[in-house]
Amino acid sequence: MIKFKENRLKAIFQNAGKKLSIYFTAGYPDLYDTIPILELLAKSNVDFVEIGIPFSDSVMDGEVILNSHKVALENGMTIDILFDQLEKIRKKISIPIVLMGSMNPVYQYCFEEFCRRCHEVGVDGLLLPDLPLDDYEKYYRSSYQQKNLAPIFMISPQTSNERMSRIDALGEGFLYALSGNSTTGGSSEIGKSSDYLTNLSNHTFRNPVVLGFNIKTKEDIQFAHEFADGAIVGSAFVKILKDGFDKTRIEHFLKQLI
Amino acid sequence: MNYQVDENGFYGPYGGAYVPEVLFSTVQNLSQSYQGILDDPEFKKELSRLLKLYVGRETPLYPSPYLSGLHQTNVFLKREDLCHSGAHKINNTLGQVLLAKRLGKTRIVAETGAGSHGVATAMACALLKLPCFIYMGEVDMKRQFPNVERMRLLGATVVPALSGSKTLKDATNEAFRDWINNPVDTFYVIGSVVGPHPYPDMVAQFQSVISKELIQQVPDLTGKEVPDYVIACVGGGSNAAGSFYHFLDNPAVKLVAAEAAGKGLDSGFTAAATFRGKSGILHGSKTKFMQTNEGQVLEAHSISAGLDYPGIGPLHAWLHDTGRAQFVAVTDEEALDAGIALSQKEGIIPAIESAHALAALSHLDFKPTDVVVVCLSGRGDKDLETYIQYSTSKKSSHDQI
Ligand SMILES: Cc1ncc(COP(=O)(O)O)c(C=O)c1O
Repeated sequence: MIKFKENRLKAIFQNAGKKLSIYFTAGYPDLYDTIPILELLAKSNVDFVEIGIPFSDSVMDGEVILNSHKVALENGMTIDILFDQLEKIRKKISIPIVLMGSMNPVYQYCFEEFCRRCHEVGVDGLLLPDLPLDDYEKYYRSSYQQKNLAPIFMISPQTSNERMSRIDALGEGFLYALSGNSTTGGSSEIGKSSDYLTNLSNHTFRNPVVLGFNIKTKEDIQFAHEFADGAIVGSAFVKILKDGFDKTRIEHFLKQLI
Repeated sequence: MNYQVDENGFYGPYGGAYVPEVLFSTVQNLSQSYQGILDDPEFKKELSRLLKLYVGRETPLYPSPYLSGLHQTNVFLKREDLCHSGAHKINNTLGQVLLAKRLGKTRIVAETGAGSHGVATAMACALLKLPCFIYMGEVDMKRQFPNVERMRLLGATVVPALSGSKTLKDATNEAFRDWINNPVDTFYVIGSVVGPHPYPDMVAQFQSVISKELIQQVPDLTGKEVPDYVIACVGGGSNAAGSFYHFLDNPAVKLVAAEAAGKGLDSGFTAAATFRGKSGILHGSKTKFMQTNEGQVLEAHSISAGLDYPGIGPLHAWLHDTGRAQFVAVTDEEALDAGIALSQKEGIIPAIESAHALAALSHLDFKPTDVVVVCLSGRGDKDLETYIQYSTSKKSSHDQI
């Protein structure tokens, strides 16, 4: 089996300490805001970022992120524009970048070409929630490997221990554990599924585990860090972008989180 | 050629189960258990009892003098409009809600376009005593309001889908989101041969009661062993899949699928997935649907809410590519004209969805000896307002000339 080499994403998990990641949608609130948001996050204490590729029909997402996808598409965001934006900024920042999105836009772009461009513009990981493990193994693994793009997979309260082990064997970089059964930005309190979270923290994984979905506050992050190696804040961050890119507001938000 | 789903849930390159991890085990459990339940003698007995005594099956195969005369052949209408609820959808919802009970589920969600599937789900849930939540696009709630009221009277909660085009595609997204948030206790009753495996195959099997009855009815009425043509409209494709099912492997039977061309294939307002779509991943399966070059799903347009969906089920994408079925595109106007004509000449008001299948007759050349079966998937009570508006505007523009 070909091994995945080191990349920026894998490297940050070599250091001890709990990690924090921020999700935002490419091309939101304005088409070119991807760049200043990234710059700001790269300068902050955030360890890595996830950038959402907007899709017209993202079933995994709740209201806040759905709306950001809608606006980004109205702004004219495309995968090509995102790659151009990342290419421009990559030389200036070293923060690891994970792209996340529904499978269809990537499928239409052509998987192999998508991975090639990811590599060129410095993307370190790719998370496609509706990509089945079987398809990954059968058709796409070599594209990821050749371009040293870490395949990120999700774990949910519905995932059996046996399947967790399979996901751990196939995943690289980190495993994305959902905080519960929900779409993004759900109203459910994290911590409800504490049996699952305890099971998660007792399971031996080869990869680090990062908890995401419904994590909004410093307290949520601290809670997530009890069970996992990191936490991801999505909807709560996207929400503060609603009225436009505002540096002070973003800095204030990040200060409150960390 | 094989037209049945393979062991991995595919029809050729189409199908599969492209669902997020939260739904993986739910969908996998279903795909491992559904065939066993469908084949279980007790389950079969209960379902056929309900189909007979509650739905009123079998539905007649009615020889239509008007359509036979018009097309100089022998046209028979498979009267799914006479099913309790007024459409074929109840064949599927009774099956799925019974199955959901078997699996110990305590809550039902469904999407609906025209409201036919919503009503049929609400009826099955009232009968089998499960709470149900029906997602319906806000646009569709307006144009099919009688069905909204029926669902409410039946005890269902109708949840407006406010995202995107506010039609069937968006109602489906919302139903999926509900399921993602409630994967353990909730069963998603999908209304057509779409969605992740095993839904397309499971729904096709529930609807196959249509072609199963045809196997008997056609020889009884015509002396021919099988029909020469079977014609049905395709939204997601469940009444078509059910009408074709037992004839899939018999090339003597020509299968015709009528898609909604909307205002015309090149108008930008169409729902004809095989004509204007390409392969991609939507609502849990790989299939054909209308999308931009960047893979963003396009909004469909059809006058008929039940066909107003940008895609078709994976079985139909496969029937299209293999040439097993012929696809024809029928415009809003052709369908409305055909629906009004059948009402006036034969006293049957068809659903506008079904009227697409009637209008498809004019796209085909028949021999006088042919036996042509058209699936009349539903009745047009829900469409009165659209029919009336159309005839009034047609009449007034006619008067002006
Ligand atoms: C009467 C009727 N026919 C046909 C359809 C289209 O669905 P399908 O293609 O799954 O049969 C609908 C959908 O609501 C309907 O109400």
